Amino acid sequence: MATLRREIRIHAPASEVWKVVGRPEILHLWFPGLTNCTVDGNVRIIFLGSGMPMPEEIITNDSLQRRFQYRITVPIFKFHLATVDVIDLFDDTCLVVYSTEADPGVMALVIGGATTGALEELRKQFESGVGPALDAVGINSNINSSVAAGGTV
Amino acid sequence: MGRKILFVTTDQQRYDTLGCNGGNIARTPVVDALAASGVRYERAVPQSVVCMPSRSTMLTGQYPTTHGVWMNGVPLPVDAPSVAALLYRAGYRTALVGKPHFEPFLDPFGKFTENVLAVQGRETAENQPWFDGSTGPHRGFEHLEFSTHGGAGNLHYARWLSENHPEAIGMFYQVLDATLEVNAAGGGENGAPQVHVNEMPKEWYHTDWVAERTISWLDSLQADDDWFCWMSFPDPHHPWDPPKDEVGRINWRDVDLPAGYPTTSAERERILDAKPRHWRKWYDGELVSNYEAPKHWVPATLTPDQLREVTALNAVECELIDEALGRVMAAIAARGWGDDVDVIFTTDHGELGGDFGLMFKGPYHVDGLMRLPLIWRPAPSAGLDPAVVSRPVGLVDLAPTFCTIAGLAPADWMQGKPLPVHDADADARGIDKALTEWDSELFGVAVYLRTITRDGWVCTAYKPGFVHDGTEGELYNLANDPLQQVNLWEDPAYSSTRSDLVADLWDSQPEPHSPRMPLIAPV
Repeated sequence: MATLRREIRIHAPASEVWKVVGRPEILHLWFPGLTNCTVDGNVRIIFLGSGMPMPEEIITNDSLQRRFQYRITVPIFKFHLATVDVIDLFDDTCLVVYSTEADPGVMALVIGGATTGALEELRKQFESGVGPALDAVGINSNINSSVAAGGTV
Repeated sequence: MGRKILFVTTDQQRYDTLGCNGGNIARTPVVDALAASGVRYERAVPQSVVCMPSRSTMLTGQYPTTHGVWMNGVPLPVDAPSVAALLYRAGYRTALVGKPHFEPFLDPFGKFTENVLAVQGRETAENQPWFDGSTGPHRGFEHLEFSTHGGAGNLHYARWLSENHPEAIGMFYQVLDATLEVNAAGGGENGAPQVHVNEMPKEWYHTDWVAERTISWLDSLQADDDWFCWMSFPDPHHPWDPPKDEVGRINWRDVDLPAGYPTTSAERERILDAKPRHWRKWYDGELVSNYEAPKHWVPATLTPDQLREVTALNAVECELIDEALGRVMAAIAARGWGDDVDVIFTTDHGELGGDFGLMFKGPYHVDGLMRLPLIWRPAPSAGLDPAVVSRPVGLVDLAPTFCTIAGLAPADWMQGKPLPVHDADADARGIDKALTEWDSELFGVAVYLRTITRDGWVCTAYKPGFVHDGTEGELYNLANDPLQQVNLWEDPAYSSTRSDLVADLWDSQPEPHSPRMPLIAPV
């Protein structure tokens, strides 16, 4: 078992960021290396850039705690749990924490290592006010541009 | 028409595996001949003892701290400085054939350019961002063909094998086990880890493939082209699974145990106990600090016969490389380029090879990993005399050397110096030390080493980490203790030597890359 944690501070309100993170079907719009994903009930299938489909079980999608959790269910994992927390910092910014626990341990790095890029992409979209994930949830880019410039929503 | 450059690298090759360096197991007449007519370096030091940081140093001419690839699994940015780009811009035709490893191989997301190029069967990616804001082919290479240590995956060699000899893919040892850890499974006659009987004929093996693809690229060039070709053999890095029909070249039963292998467990333990704690902990199987050695293999279980067999197979792989290089040299001669080609032969880092009872590699800054084969056979037309250089030089010096060969001034972002052509040249230019670094952070286990090689000493200082409090160190006198079995770090008689070296070590640290790049893959 190994555990990996990546985090990033985003200059956007937690409620706005959660609108993206809490939508499991648009993960590919902010997670580099994914080409698509589908959701059917609590089953999500993500399609990796290498062409590999990877089924996941959605465990938690809690908009009150702003916590999203899922498990990868392919056999190479004896265990997997990913947790994305969006934590309000009460200054119109938030901390997004992406944790990966996996057995075999090395898979935490193979899969979880990519979460660094995902968090960076999420911040880029919010702080530029432009991006496919924002478009998908209907976040107004002008509002977020003002966030990026230090304004409030 | 200028001088052409054949840059030959192997992977994880020890200094003492070449005949010209005193090796007596593998026969390496081609490299030996290059050494006899060129410059042989007796103290060539890598700036990192693992692949990705070291290879990035070769390409950028920068220390790992500066180019930012601080451990395996941290990719070199596509727009990092590249000597190949400088040469390309100067009109050189440029190629890299064989193992690149500037980016991780484990890439399920298909994020890394080199893996994507291989999957797509493309020669290069055009209009890639370069370090200076311009664009050009990927890292300055107009032609790329990749291979690594086996037949699995999507690199060019694996795809060639799949298309032409699909039955051979499974003939290689499986480098990673089912959990993607470096495989500890034993094979051969003695059950040594990463040893395997490979039924593949030599002609299908990656060593020959790298040579043949190199020759093919060279054949595509015009006679008056200047060119820079990085021919990068994946061997003799483990697994030790050369083609079965070649194994009989060297009978492992006839191989002497390496000089660095203490033959009793008591002696091994005594030596290891005088080194910082992670040495003994790894030997006993209590701590695996890095990904590059099998997690489930305990070095203390290594038997003398296992070591003999590994040593023999390693030597077979070295012989195959030497012969493959010979074919490339013959092809170069046949093109009429013989007088105008500089050949530089080296490796990215060494192999512990039984020293102290250990194999593979890790945070261990001793000769097994840090004393590298390095031969520079200048183009005969340059008229340089053969020489042996004893002063320490580094792989960081390669990029500025390539520039000099091509008639270019080394770039200001390069941190090394053009290789000296004899000791007096080194002394005149103040080339007197080499720096090596190790940083690793893997699942809570952090290890940080900084090493200076100077004046016949190797001195390593430790920063605080998982098992180190920052006071530990190693100090070896290379003349009196060539096997680095006597750690003088705590010896009061050498405190002033230690202080002087440590002060120089910290004063000489290169500028760090900022921000620090994240670890995003195991290797």
